[in-house]
Amino acid sequence: MKLGLAIEELHRSESHLARSLLAVSDRHAADHEIFHVARDLAGWSRRHVAELARTGRDFGVELDPEPPEDPGVLERVRQATSDRLGRRPEPGLLLLADLRHVHRQAAGVSLDWELLAQAAQGARKRELLELAQRCHPDTLRQMRWANAQLKESATQVLTS
Amino acid sequence: MTRIDRIADPWGTRTPYGPGETWPVRVDRYLADGLTDGDVDRWVPSASILHSNGDGLDIAVKDGRIVGVRGRAEDRVNHGRLDPKDLYGWQANHSPDRLTRPLVRRDGELVETDWDTAMDAVAGRCRELLDEQGPSAVGFYTSGQLFLEEYYTLGLIAHGGIGTNHVDGNTRLCTATAAAALKETFGCDGQPGSYTDVDSADVIALFGHNVAETQTVLWMRILDRLTGPNPPAVVCVDPRETPVARAATVHLAPRPGTNVVLMNALLHEVVGNGWIDREYVEAHTVGFEELEKRLRDYPPEVAEQVCDVPAAQVREAARVLGTAQRLLSTVLQGFYQSHQATAAAVQVNNLNVVRGMLGKPGCGILQMNGQPTAENTREAGADGDLAGFRNWSDDAQVADLARVWNLDPMDIPHYSPPTHAMQMFRHAEEGSLRWLYVTATNPAVSLPEAGRIRSILAQERLFLVVQDLFLTETAQLADVVLPAATWGEKTGTFTNVDRTVHLSEKAVDPPGEARADLDILVDLARRLDLRDKDGAPLVKWSDPEGAFEGWKECSRGRPCDYSGLSYARLREHNGIQWPVTDDAPDGTERLYVDGRFHAAPDYCESYGRDLVTGAPLDDVEYKALNPDGKAVLKAAEYLPPHELPTQEYPFQLITGRTLYQFHTRTKTARAPQLQAAAPDVWVEMSVSDAADRGLGEGDLLEVCTARGRVEARLRVSGIRPGVLFLPFHYGWWDSPDGQRAANELTPTDWDPVSKQPIFKTAAAAVTLLAASGGTPSPAPTTTGSRPVAADVPPTRGGEAALAEETVGGAR
Repeated sequence: MKLGLAIEELHRSESHLARSLLAVSDRHAADHEIFHVARDLAGWSRRHVAELARTGRDFGVELDPEPPEDPGVLERVRQATSDRLGRRPEPGLLLLADLRHVHRQAAGVSLDWELLAQAAQGARKRELLELAQRCHPDTLRQMRWANAQLKESATQVLTS
Repeated sequence: MTRIDRIADPWGTRTPYGPGETWPVRVDRYLADGLTDGDVDRWVPSASILHSNGDGLDIAVKDGRIVGVRGRAEDRVNHGRLDPKDLYGWQANHSPDRLTRPLVRRDGELVETDWDTAMDAVAGRCRELLDEQGPSAVGFYTSGQLFLEEYYTLGLIAHGGIGTNHVDGNTRLCTATAAAALKETFGCDGQPGSYTDVDSADVIALFGHNVAETQTVLWMRILDRLTGPNPPAVVCVDPRETPVARAATVHLAPRPGTNVVLMNALLHEVVGNGWIDREYVEAHTVGFEELEKRLRDYPPEVAEQVCDVPAAQVREAARVLGTAQRLLSTVLQGFYQSHQATAAAVQVNNLNVVRGMLGKPGCGILQMNGQPTAENTREAGADGDLAGFRNWSDDAQVADLARVWNLDPMDIPHYSPPTHAMQMFRHAEEGSLRWLYVTATNPAVSLPEAGRIRSILAQERLFLVVQDLFLTETAQLADVVLPAATWGEKTGTFTNVDRTVHLSEKAVDPPGEARADLDILVDLARRLDLRDKDGAPLVKWSDPEGAFEGWKECSRGRPCDYSGLSYARLREHNGIQWPVTDDAPDGTERLYVDGRFHAAPDYCESYGRDLVTGAPLDDVEYKALNPDGKAVLKAAEYLPPHELPTQEYPFQLITGRTLYQFHTRTKTARAPQLQAAAPDVWVEMSVSDAADRGLGEGDLLEVCTARGRVEARLRVSGIRPGVLFLPFHYGWWDSPDGQRAANELTPTDWDPVSKQPIFKTAAAAVTLLAASGGTPSPAPTTTGSRPVAADVPPTRGGEAALAEETVGGAR
């Protein structure tokens, strides 16, 4: 049985997504909707990470219930820099790249949840299946958010 | 006939009535300088312009000047009554401060010029930028105070002619969530209810809606029910002790930013106790199972913890709502301008829908507006929607609009939702939006984080045009200022909260060279040489009636159908509710009778959005969710507000309005009675918070957030502990050194669904600057800012505010 491995992999990819969302938020502090919503959505990934850590124990894997965080100083520097750069057009392109990255990451996490759900069904692990059913819709919403933001931002960035 | 001080008594004399009866007539009037009816040369039909209620009135004219107003007894909305702002506000038309000539900036100064020079500068710079960058450089920010004909023309110029996606109104600040919530539940904007629902409701529930101050005439109607036989029960949700809260059967005062939890807890009880219309839910809705599942997480005990409202009170309110026979629910800024705005407002829709209380007398939803013509901004496509409630993501609907406008569908931007106001200012901030045309609004004072907005508007690289009556704080930053005519000086139609359309006729000439907004817009279109696909002029009219006829064709077959209306019909009978068609020539009192909605995938205005992320659904998702066009019950999870109190900033600051002022006071401050009633900013705090800090009535405080500071005198009021209230009306045009604009303090944050800015959850601190020394706070004593202490002098208007009242008579 490789269920532990699948949980570990998902824990890794969700942690990564949480961190990316926070980094995107910090880098685009002058784009206020990105700043706030990316933080809210990072919260979902953090919750998934905690749930995976708790469930992981039943499958013999020890995982950190918190995603590794950036040191606070770096976060503040990023926010301050992005605020100062807020009057320049270049961060628009950076935003497109960042959203593209989040979308791809969330797509990866989504596939990981599907793998876990398949395995849970095969192994008849009801709790694990319920975890996947509870969390996976959040991932799809994170993905759709990145996609929608990308679409809404692209025209202005690329035609101005 | 009696004379009454309508500053001291804003709601006037009671005319009690019982359920199902007709609201009695009471005609209010105010004429200047002791004039009487006999002195008036003529009465010109119009409606109220300083709030959203849409009260029918006549303008009194003598010797070519406006000398007063009177309510129209036969009007369906007000049965003769008027708001104090209407009684006195017209005096602003005569202010010596009116702009009478165009201004252009020369060597840093605004100097007078002629119309040709001003308009050539405006059109010239626009054309230059279109050639250099394209439509993404150009934006329009309009109002909720122009007329339908003007919005429709503006939307046509911007969306159809220039092809920019950047068109929005200040309705974004006041009513965007109303539209968004209706789109989420019913697939389309359009007010379900009618004011006449007040006449027969047995429960009236007001969610974040201080109707006593925002729509005083609607409150008079409710008060008259409350003083009549078999009065309705009132449920009020508001952190302040408003006049509505004082009259309520149950008053819930939640912690700001927690409305979703409170609504979910109320629904938890309503659904859990089986107070639902199962047949209606099964026949006419989708999404009930998901809603039921979500509500399981929100028992009243959770609300007690998160909202700080006792669980027993939540249960009591739910019982009143759940056992109502005829439930009327209304919503306004306490929800719209708060955290998770749309998610919370949608739960109010859910309440009426699961109870099957829609489309019948007394059973209605009023998702309110703040401004007189906000409904028109929405329907005519000047506010981030396409004209006629058309769906930007439905190619067939865009093609239909292109047919009406005789354009190629590619000419109408529909690759993403129209740009909302906050995003337009963001584009201006990063330099990609370089020409901004502002009509009839004052963003320098009304938008959040005023310091940031000022610095955006003041940029050299932004060409700013302001079209207004006065040299507002925003106009002072403009490159070109265009003097506009106002209400009473031009003709047009406008539509109120409950879809009532009024024709407002020109009564007098505008001052100096000021021109009607429509004339200016038509002039702009000609100078830009905007054309349709056959090379004919794009804007095919030059007067209001022509624009109205154009709009009728655009609206034909859409939910907001005006095709059965005309100026002639409105001159015969002013005040008719849309849709007005060949089938319904007298208008339509209620939408969604018998569960028939405008939500079919090929007809709806919107496929909806994710209530947390704001991401739009696409057509495939919507067709799967709601193939038969039913009402959508959307569940929402709670997220904590983005700015929570800290040790440094221990209070939650909410901003709001007072009965006597409107917006940034451009008009109301120039009406002496209104200005004297609420002359300056104040801050409200609860009794316990004031006592803890040793503060008292009238003390001068500094209120701070991470963004800025305001100085204001303290009013110790019935507001809930932990919350501060500041009115947002007070800018700096008449107080250049004043530190008093509430928006110096507010954060830049908005609801991801409706894009409405959040004005009701900023973390704030207070410091005592000086003890009162006996000077009371300038806050009115008659309203939500009523003092707790008994020794504050009451708000009075005196001799100058005596208005006439005639109770009784026929409609």
